[in-house]
Amino acid sequence: MTNKEDNSQNMSVFEEQLKSQASNLKDLVDSGDISQALKVISELNATRDQSLYQEVGRLTRTLHESIRNFHIDTAGQGAGGDELSTIDDATDRLSYVVDMTNKAANRTLDLVEESMPIASEMKEEADILKGDWGKLRRREMKPDEFRLLYKRMDLFLDKLSKQSDKVYRNLSDILLAQDFQDLTGQVIKRVTGLVQEVEENLVSLVAMAGKVDQITGTVHEGLEKEQQEDIERGEGPQMHAEERVDVVSSQDDVDDLLSSLGF
Amino acid sequence: MDKNMKILVVDDFSTMRRIIKNLLRDLGFSNADEADDGNTALPMLQTGKYDFLVTDWNMPGMTGIDLLRAVRADDNLKSLPVLMVTAEAKRDQIVAAAQAGVNGYVVKPFTAAVLKEKIDKIFERIDS
Repeated sequence: MTNKEDNSQNMSVFEEQLKSQASNLKDLVDSGDISQALKVISELNATRDQSLYQEVGRLTRTLHESIRNFHIDTAGQGAGGDELSTIDDATDRLSYVVDMTNKAANRTLDLVEESMPIASEMKEEADILKGDWGKLRRREMKPDEFRLLYKRMDLFLDKLSKQSDKVYRNLSDILLAQDFQDLTGQVIKRVTGLVQEVEENLVSLVAMAGKVDQITGTVHEGLEKEQQEDIERGEGPQMHAEERVDVVSSQDDVDDLLSSLGF
Repeated sequence: MDKNMKILVVDDFSTMRRIIKNLLRDLGFSNADEADDGNTALPMLQTGKYDFLVTDWNMPGMTGIDLLRAVRADDNLKSLPVLMVTAEAKRDQIVAAAQAGVNGYVVKPFTAAVLKEKIDKIFERIDS
């Protein structure tokens, strides 16, 4: 925070001098003492230059510190560098999240796809047996049909026991496949922390650069120009959809909007 | 509605393609192919063997909205029913999709019931 105090002090020294010398300058010009007036101007210039050098120096130092803090590799793309840059590290971590979620989703889908036919096979078999059982209860069954049912029931019960076991194991594997949430959650939290840190550093860099702009009188054009969002490319999921008017928050909203368009 | 109709599912994420294909199979449609973006999908559609297109919006290469426009601009494909299944939820985008001639719009995350309802609605209109 001492930096900030220094800054404001520097600025006020230059500004104070500018203020006090402005009227002095006017008096000198009015009285026709041009050489003295020029001397005042060059003094003002010297103070301004000095403040500018200090600000640029401070800006450069902060920039270097930020770069060092995030281990950004300035000497080429990390080839031979022992230390992974923080940004590279974050990229790696996010790729890990994509891998983990992809693996978990595929594992779950595999197990579901394996279990679904088992369930429908069991249902089909049970439906047939149910029909036969009804026949038996209504005493409509012939002896050889009964022998068949007897055998079939035996096979079915045996299969049911094995297949239920299989489905149970698949479900328990699906349960385990959700462990990615814990791991990816931790990774994402770390990366979120990094992003916040980078933002804070950038904000302080922008503030410093602002001081330089102030002294040099630089005005940036077009920065405030509204960025045209490219809806054509797509933006992915919207955050805080419930609080926004330009975004639908449910399928019902979509249906309402489409029906208002005559769908 | 012909349950044997040929469906093309276009999404850049393979898991989403699998989920949609599974849901379609549950609804009785087991004849579905996959493509990972508009550039891959368009030549497949141009073979003329597809009866229904289910596409995401946000994809690398050709997006879903561009694919939709390309389909509507193609004389052989312009009447192909198109269902958009996407995370894009801006009102402007839904309006743009409607103007481009989409037949249905489902926002992710979605349920099997919503998918069924939209497909039924699309083919009800076409068959009537």
